[in-house]
Amino acid sequence: MDYNILWFVLIVVLFTGFFFLEGFDYGVGTLLTLLSDKESDRSQIVRSIGPVWDGNEVWMITAGGAMFAAFPHVYATLFSTFYIALFLMLVALILRAVAFEFRHQRTDEKWQRAWSCAIAFGSIVPAFLWGVVVTNLIAGLPIGANMVYRGGFFDLLTPYTVVGGVTFFAVFAFHGATFLNLRLTDRYLLERARSYGLKFGVAAALLYVLCMVLTYTNTDLYSSPLAAGALVLSAAAFVAAIGALYAKAHKPAFILGGLAIAGTTVGFFAGLFPRLMVSSLNAGWSLTIYNASSTEYTLSIMTVAAVILVPIILGYQIWTYYIFRKRISPNDAGHQAY
Amino acid sequence: MEEVLLSRWQFAITTIYHFLFVPVTLGMAIFVAMLETCYVRTKKPEWKKTCRKLLHFFGTLFLINFAMGVATGLVQEFQFGMNWSEYSRFMGDIFGAPLALEALTAFFLESTFLGIWMFGWDKLPEKAHCACIWLVALGSNLSAFWILVANSFMQHPVGYTIANGRAEMASFFELVTNHYILGEQSHTLFAGITTAGFVVMAVSAWKLLHDTESRYAFTQAIKAGAIYTIVGVVGVIASGHLHTQYLAQASPMKLAAMEALWETEDPAPFAVLAYPNMEKGHNDFEITIPYMFTIMVHDGIQGEVRGINDLQKEAVEKFGPGDYRPHVTMLFYAFRAMVGAGFFMVLVSLVVFYLAKKDKLFSAKKLLFALPWLVIVPFIANSCGWIVAEMGRQPWLVMGLQKTVDGVSPNLTSAEIMFTIIGFTVLYLLLIITALYIAFRFIRRTQITPAIEGGK
Ligand code: HDD
Ligand code: HEM
Ligand code: HEM
Repeated sequence: MDYNILWFVLIVVLFTGFFFLEGFDYGVGTLLTLLSDKESDRSQIVRSIGPVWDGNEVWMITAGGAMFAAFPHVYATLFSTFYIALFLMLVALILRAVAFEFRHQRTDEKWQRAWSCAIAFGSIVPAFLWGVVVTNLIAGLPIGANMVYRGGFFDLLTPYTVVGGVTFFAVFAFHGATFLNLRLTDRYLLERARSYGLKFGVAAALLYVLCMVLTYTNTDLYSSPLAAGALVLSAAAFVAAIGALYAKAHKPAFILGGLAIAGTTVGFFAGLFPRLMVSSLNAGWSLTIYNASSTEYTLSIMTVAAVILVPIILGYQIWTYYIFRKRISPNDAGHQAY
Repeated sequence: MEEVLLSRWQFAITTIYHFLFVPVTLGMAIFVAMLETCYVRTKKPEWKKTCRKLLHFFGTLFLINFAMGVATGLVQEFQFGMNWSEYSRFMGDIFGAPLALEALTAFFLESTFLGIWMFGWDKLPEKAHCACIWLVALGSNLSAFWILVANSFMQHPVGYTIANGRAEMASFFELVTNHYILGEQSHTLFAGITTAGFVVMAVSAWKLLHDTESRYAFTQAIKAGAIYTIVGVVGVIASGHLHTQYLAQASPMKLAAMEALWETEDPAPFAVLAYPNMEKGHNDFEITIPYMFTIMVHDGIQGEVRGINDLQKEAVEKFGPGDYRPHVTMLFYAFRAMVGAGFFMVLVSLVVFYLAKKDKLFSAKKLLFALPWLVIVPFIANSCGWIVAEMGRQPWLVMGLQKTVDGVSPNLTSAEIMFTIIGFTVLYLLLIITALYIAFRFIRRTQITPAIEGGK
């Protein structure tokens, strides 16, 4: 296997980790204002991801950084193409990042309500936009001979990509609901999380199927058997996850939902391979793992670094989840345990 | 080109904003870690209780600042691709590696262990908990290291070849041992310590003046803050001085512009005040100290320092026609503001330390009143420092290799860039107002009374 393929795989791993972990963070944020009107309840929900959300977000930063290091042309084209979309995403993520810290600085309802809304906004917008970005990647974009995007912001919003965005949003909301079912103790909240999870789950499943159909009409994804297989299996896993949530088998629900997200990510990238961005103008102008990559030397250095560092990172991140394995009770809510 | 100008404004605004919070994180992480080490190790029960509350106090301020740092850092990560895509293509083979390594070695470390530190007080043994904040401090400073590796390459490229129309890495070892990093890294670390120390002094002074109940705790804090500032500011001046000397070889044009020295001279005078005239290539007005610039660069009264006009001629011979001079007036005054801030802070921190030591702080009401206002000084110095470093590199984006005008994303319209500039500026203004409000409110309301009386 050459370095270019290895780095393609590593980028897939990073995006998979990102969508799996940030997926439930975004989902929890989405559900935050829906599950309860009481800020004391919401504090418990926020607390469930309080210690981990920043570590999860670093998966996205790392995916971006790794793309920069391994495939600089993709980093350059992708980020300049989605200029306005990424600006909106940044605004949302900035609000979300400060909201986690600002929200508990005052204890009155009004203040906390405002920041709860900021968390919800900051979770919904990126979830949707990532769906738009990913579907645009496989649908193809008007990329010119010099790897520069030739369209504008609204060319990025087609029916297909909007469906993609909404699907991502609904899948993440389901993922968040199953996560909350593992993390909370309050009966009312657990019941609400489950019922919202089922609603979002069914909606997401329907959207997922619609998205698969549109993928068939809009892209060449299914010409890759691996991609087609991964998407079908993911759909099946997702349906099973909904069933598990219905049967109150919470752990399997979370794991199956996570597998569906991971499988979808793998499927999308497998369908792209060996391309990373598809040009709709001329197949030869697509960015591939060969014409967009760094030199072999840089890739070899980065490989050594990744092989040493990724297991260490996984180790201490898993340790974090172990430390905070106890479910959140109403007493832990809100304040940091100073 | 308008797009270039707008993208430069955008970068300058977002980066300077990010770097308001970065130095506080760098210095405060170490400060809080030392405080927690005191807390863990002390045998005096009284001090242990006070220490715990001080930890809560400065820890909270640290966290508010950290959140702002994280939120604004995200923009940094994205904008190289968003606004500077041609730069990213040209430099990706070299620049991407430190950026990815920053995420892998530093961001994961600081974000994960900060999470544990925030919520793990009752879940970990004391010592393990203390180790977490040390790991956060390590992570922050590692992150500074990697980004400064990237920045040092832009200031002074090493270990590369030009092939396939871009800069390609020839030696990773040379990249990370670039001599330029030594100056930037040490200077930034000490700038962080200075900034955090000054923040501690300023907050403590306010508490001493307005909250007599908390006197004991904040007398300790202000003393620690003063010592910390002294260490930082001595370090920042020493490293700044050495780095300035090094600039004479590494980046002579920048140095000459910082000093508004137009002609090569031996010995060169030092301009205290100048009114540079870019068109005529001289100072319309200046007050100079003879020999002084040579003494500063060469540690002796002999030695040549090259001037802007000669360097410009050399550059034209080497790179073809063009203006290779940075904005002299801006550099000259930004540099003076930074250096002036440095010496001013030496004075302030020494006076505070002396008075605290003699137990006379409370009679120096004017000083206590002034300190919270003076906290702006290290922040001005930090921003001016980056203006010197970055504007001194103009018109180059990567020194000698790529010009700033060639780095921008070609697909963007000025309307799009304008839109995001306004968006970020408005958002950033609202955020800093909120953050300051929360911080002030917290400072005002949190009392640290002596433990005997029961505490909060
Ligand atoms: C000398 C230090 C320094 C400099 C020059 C920069 N940063 Fe920074 N950055 C830090 C030092 C730092 C830090 C101390 O590590 C921060 C600040 C506060 C914090 O939370 O971490 C941080 C946060 C931070 C984050 C959020 C990390 C997280 O989620 O935990 C990102 C993505 C970046 N930065 C990226 C950048 C980029 C791409 C820069 C280039 C222009 C940059 N920073 C300049
Ligand atoms: C956080 C600290 C930093 C500050 C405060 C800062 C400040 C600035 C300023 C003021 C400018 C505008 C200069 C001008 O337009 O004349 C600028 C430009 C720029 N800087 Fe920095 N900088 C920082 C760190 C970095 C780092 C670490 C890098 C790269 C690794 C970098 C890369 C750039 C680029 C690409 C530009 C745009 C092109 C230009 O105008 O020069 N900066 N920065
Ligand atoms: C006598 C005192 C000082 C001297 C001689 C000095 C010198 C310098 C020089 C030459 C640079 C430009 C580096 C470059 O272009 O690569 C610089 C940058 C900088 N300075 Fe200073 N400085 C002094 C004091 C301070 C103080 C007091 C602070 C803040 C507390 C500070 C913060 C910075 C920062 C943040 C930068 C940009 C980052 C870097 O290049 O390291 N400096 N300084």
